[in-house]
Amino acid sequence: MENIFKRLSALNATTILFLLTGIFVVLFLYAKPAIKEYGIKFLIDPRWGVSINPNKPSNNQDKAVVNQDNENIVVEEEDIGGNVPVDQEEIIQTDEEDIAINDEDALSQKSKVIYGGLIPIVGTVLSTVIAMAFAVPIAMGIAVFLSEIAPFYISKPVGVAIELLAAIPSIIYGMWGLFYFGPVVSRIFGGGSVGLLVAGLVLGIMIIPFMASLSRDSMNTTPSVLKESAYAMGATKFEVIKDVIFPYAKSGIIGSMILALGRALGETMAVAFVIGGVFKLPEKITDPSVSIPVVLANNFAESSGMSLSALFYLALILFVISFLVISFAKFYFLRDKK
Amino acid sequence: MNLEKVMDIKNFSFTYAGAEKPSLKKINLPVYEKKVTALIGPSGCGKSTLLRSLNRIHDLYPGNRYEGEILLKNQKTKEMENIFNYKKENELINLRQRVGMIFQKPTPFPMSIYDNIAYGLRLQGKKDKKELDERVEAALKGAALWDEVKERLKDDARGLSGGQQQRLCIARAIAVEPEVLLMDEPTSALDPISTVAIEELVTKLKDKVTIVIVTHNMQQASRISDFTAYMYLGELIEFGTTEQIFLNPKKKNTADYISGKFG
Amino acid sequence: MRLVINKIVLFLSTLAALMGLMFLFWILITLTLKGINALNIHIFTNDLVNNGLRNLLIGQFILAFLAVIIGVPIGMIAGIYLQEYSFDNKYAAFIRNLSDVMMSAPSIVIGTFIYAIVVMPFGHMSGWAGALALAVMMIPIIVRTTDDMLGLVPRELREAGIAIGAPKYKVIFDIILKAAKVGIMTGFLLAFARIIGETAPLLFTSGNNEYFTLDLNREFPSLTVAIYNLSTMPDKNLVDIAWAGAFLLTLFVLVINLLGRYIVKEKKR
Repeated sequence: MENIFKRLSALNATTILFLLTGIFVVLFLYAKPAIKEYGIKFLIDPRWGVSINPNKPSNNQDKAVVNQDNENIVVEEEDIGGNVPVDQEEIIQTDEEDIAINDEDALSQKSKVIYGGLIPIVGTVLSTVIAMAFAVPIAMGIAVFLSEIAPFYISKPVGVAIELLAAIPSIIYGMWGLFYFGPVVSRIFGGGSVGLLVAGLVLGIMIIPFMASLSRDSMNTTPSVLKESAYAMGATKFEVIKDVIFPYAKSGIIGSMILALGRALGETMAVAFVIGGVFKLPEKITDPSVSIPVVLANNFAESSGMSLSALFYLALILFVISFLVISFAKFYFLRDKK
Repeated sequence: MNLEKVMDIKNFSFTYAGAEKPSLKKINLPVYEKKVTALIGPSGCGKSTLLRSLNRIHDLYPGNRYEGEILLKNQKTKEMENIFNYKKENELINLRQRVGMIFQKPTPFPMSIYDNIAYGLRLQGKKDKKELDERVEAALKGAALWDEVKERLKDDARGLSGGQQQRLCIARAIAVEPEVLLMDEPTSALDPISTVAIEELVTKLKDKVTIVIVTHNMQQASRISDFTAYMYLGELIEFGTTEQIFLNPKKKNTADYISGKFG
Repeated sequence: MRLVINKIVLFLSTLAALMGLMFLFWILITLTLKGINALNIHIFTNDLVNNGLRNLLIGQFILAFLAVIIGVPIGMIAGIYLQEYSFDNKYAAFIRNLSDVMMSAPSIVIGTFIYAIVVMPFGHMSGWAGALALAVMMIPIIVRTTDDMLGLVPRELREAGIAIGAPKYKVIFDIILKAAKVGIMTGFLLAFARIIGETAPLLFTSGNNEYFTLDLNREFPSLTVAIYNLSTMPDKNLVDIAWAGAFLLTLFVLVINLLGRYIVKEKKR
């Protein structure tokens, strides 16, 4: 009995390993046709669901992008749906690994649909960068305020409020961003009420409570003896924060930032409402664009064939990136936490 | 004095998992039946490690290494059996019911006072309500706790005071009628009044059960024990009657420790 | 000069805190105003097809509850392994880290995973797929909670159980789990609150359903997915329903979180 339970428990722990490798393997298998077709160039190809006509090889890439813009601004779900038949045809034919449009291909195929991941990748990166640029100073301000400046009777309730806000479902942030925050941003910075900037800011606001409460916790671990001895030497509050607390809590603070970064990278709902959902490389920061999670959210259910495979490819990329980011935070900064 | 050994530690060495040097080196120590044996010595001398070897609680953690023998008298055949020959799980369970243990901090289980005592009995397969009631009452009386808790047997045991909790643990241990009771500094977490109560209890219990007690407190050892073993850095320095150890130690190290020169 | 810098920095920090709080209260206040405005009795008595939330609320609960039923046993026993049987060996440390990493994995990716292994083979979205996706999200949280809470139980209590002659699995179930009960239950409650607000893993696993159904083999009504769909509709009435749903969801999540806090505080006292 004892041994049975012991084995069972070890088996259950291994479930975690199974699940994670399972996710990786499944995503990889389903992404394989796209990986085979587009290879690593997928990462830098800005065309998504673009039909190209290889009979006119000259200059077609630029044209395709332009077409793409015009088509996509309407409703891009339809666009993807419309491509489905073409995809299936393509799967049957494709053995070539090479995505370069060479003449042999041109002869064997009339037209071909290209999927490239550059736009969502850029959108993900940019929205995350905006989010971090916005969230880090505010979150640090809150953390410092809570742990060092505010008296207990303020820091306690405010701290609780911040933690509660971290528990609010992300869809709420997205909804608020769409109806209230987006219009305000567009009035101040110009552009539409959806776009990269709004998405990044909403994302930033969403991760502020998370980042602030984790950073505050690690600042609070600074032994008060250390702080007191610095004060005793005549240091100002700022100097104590800069010279004692930050160095002491550094790894915890950086770790919390990276965890928040991981959260921002993979966030779907807060972004889906406000990024615009348009396959277009942004020229201005206020332009609408799209991020990997949003592409998945909007197109997954309607896709099949190569477009679905390309979506799995994107999911795999997202999974690997966030896995690396979080592991990095865990192993380098949050180690002592057991 | 008519002395009979109930346990006998022979050439016993013990090494913790991952450690290179043994924590206990070639210990030889008899444990006499129905007597109180105190293990004393400065922190880190290995007295608790030795005590915890006697019911093989070390087996809970993998990688610990034993050498030598610890013999325990089989009450039926009157022969001494080496406890390290017990391999099967039920043999170990049986060993632990024969050699009970009390810890530094009280360890009430998260259940009612009654169930705390009845837990060990139920593990032995006793289900009869009337028998359980009787045994619980007897154990609580034996631990001088009955009068304080008889009105609230169904209450959560964690609501008792520290001293009461420790007596509850003693009651729990004696309910399964062990042959030997191991006590690992049972009063170090208690206030002076509770300590006196526990000490009185120990003196009373030795009519029925052999007790081995680890203590930091030399006065306590001299008050309640019949035999005393003095240990230092993993070795048994001196063993004798408590009177002899305290009044007439043979080794200088013992004398220095007893007189408070170190430790 | 030092004092001036000090003043400036403290001022900026307080300002940042105020700004952060302002956003957060802005969200809560609009949510409450819009939500309460849109709330009425029809919302609770009608299904989505008749502009109500009844089927969605029930559906979301069922999905989250099923996720608990699937996820808790697996996660809890895995947590027991980590704390009670592994003795902190390398494998356990590895699993612990993996579990933590998985806890932060993007929820949409878990949705794609379930889509691949459940929705595609069966050919359609289903309540089961949604519940499974939520369960996969929940498992690492449960592992972590169980692991942490069991770690707070003093070692002596385990030894005392063994010393009375109990086999280890009995010590775990009769003693250790009971001692950690409050903490573990609170953790589960919070995990429940966390997954009940999830949208992304449900979008293309359970999808949504306008009608009331308990049939988990079909597309299943989900409050969060409906909020997403409705709030992008041009019809103002539908958007209002979405606000009501968002308000109820947030209220529920916050109440559970406050309850969890209260329980923990009571226990410490």
